[in-house]
Amino acid sequence: MKIYSIKTLLIAVGVFAFVGCDKDDDKNNTPVYYQTQDQMARPAINTVFVSASDKDVFNTTTPSAMNGLFGSKFKSRLMALNPGYTTNLLGLNADQFTGVLVTDVLNASTTAPTSFYDGTNVLTGRALADDVIDVELTLIFGGPTGTSNPGLTSDKVNANDKAFLTAFPYLANPH
Amino acid sequence: MKKKKMLLAGLAIAGITVGGLVYAADHIDSPAVTNQTTDITDVYVFRGQDVNNLVFVANTQGLLAPSATGAAQFDANTLIEFNIDNNNDNVEDLVIQGIYNNGKMKVYGPVKPSETGNRSKLEGSLMAEVAVTPYGSAANIGTGGGLKVFAGPRDDPFFFDLNQFKKIIAGTATGFNNPGSDAFAGTNVLSLVVEVPKSMLNASNGKLNVWLETKKKA
Repeated sequence: MKIYSIKTLLIAVGVFAFVGCDKDDDKNNTPVYYQTQDQMARPAINTVFVSASDKDVFNTTTPSAMNGLFGSKFKSRLMALNPGYTTNLLGLNADQFTGVLVTDVLNASTTAPTSFYDGTNVLTGRALADDVIDVELTLIFGGPTGTSNPGLTSDKVNANDKAFLTAFPYLANPH
Repeated sequence: MKKKKMLLAGLAIAGITVGGLVYAADHIDSPAVTNQTTDITDVYVFRGQDVNNLVFVANTQGLLAPSATGAAQFDANTLIEFNIDNNNDNVEDLVIQGIYNNGKMKVYGPVKPSETGNRSKLEGSLMAEVAVTPYGSAANIGTGGGLKVFAGPRDDPFFFDLNQFKKIIAGTATGFNNPGSDAFAGTNVLSLVVEVPKSMLNASNGKLNVWLETKKKA
């Protein structure tokens, strides 16, 4: 009887200790939250289409809300950059083009080759060697055939200064 | 000729409107976080060497001179988060998260987040981790849960004649030079690279929408 009591007591202590531990764990497991500071998807979109005073707001606006907040501003900016804009190489008028750009997500394909734009694959990803700046300059300044304003449609820097690796991690060693 | 002048006038006006415009992929494009650990320079998504995989690259802390690269560090309070929408509504269905801790980059996901938008916590269980590669050392590669991960300094893969573009915007040049001059040549970034089997991403019709966020401990 006495032994049994001691056992019970030990079990009780054990349970108590266990509950205590569990309580501590709960305390440690209180979620730590992180709040958005910066974001990006397509290269240079914020830089080209968002005014200096809007940049921080754009950087913390979730993509699904971007069109409502920035749609008309994007179109104004496009027309300021290229007052002669009609359509571009993708056949998009100013509303359609800025409508695509304002929701800043990087489209990526899980089936096609991945490229920002290679003539065949349009917005199927962004590979390291993609000349994204020339693509964007051409779509902004190049007109329906991509040949208008030839001095503005390419920065004539066509490749990175270091070769990329064929295998993981793909990016070149640092300088 | 006339058209060109009008265009340049438009560019000049745009230049004046935006004031001190700095143009890059996203380098120094976040006034609130410039030169902080949360400052994103670029995001890339491309097919891996194994075409069954996609590679996600997050570059931060750009324009590091070689002399400054050895001292650059990831921050334990900065969450690096790839957001992946796999049903085309521009709301994240999956996240891949990287968090630095005690010399290692720890990677969570791809996993459905418990909430979407600007507030996040670490989701799911640790999938893979890797010791951050020190400047000048061969790349450490971590594996786990089907993922491959790398974290550390890399050459900035972005290339652009930024300075000539600024002159065009300012109205002091009429076009780009040939050849141009890459303003990002010779500079480094801190990279997080995660290679993921496509089968873990549940794309509808083979399409994903991806964006990169940096989030700071609240």
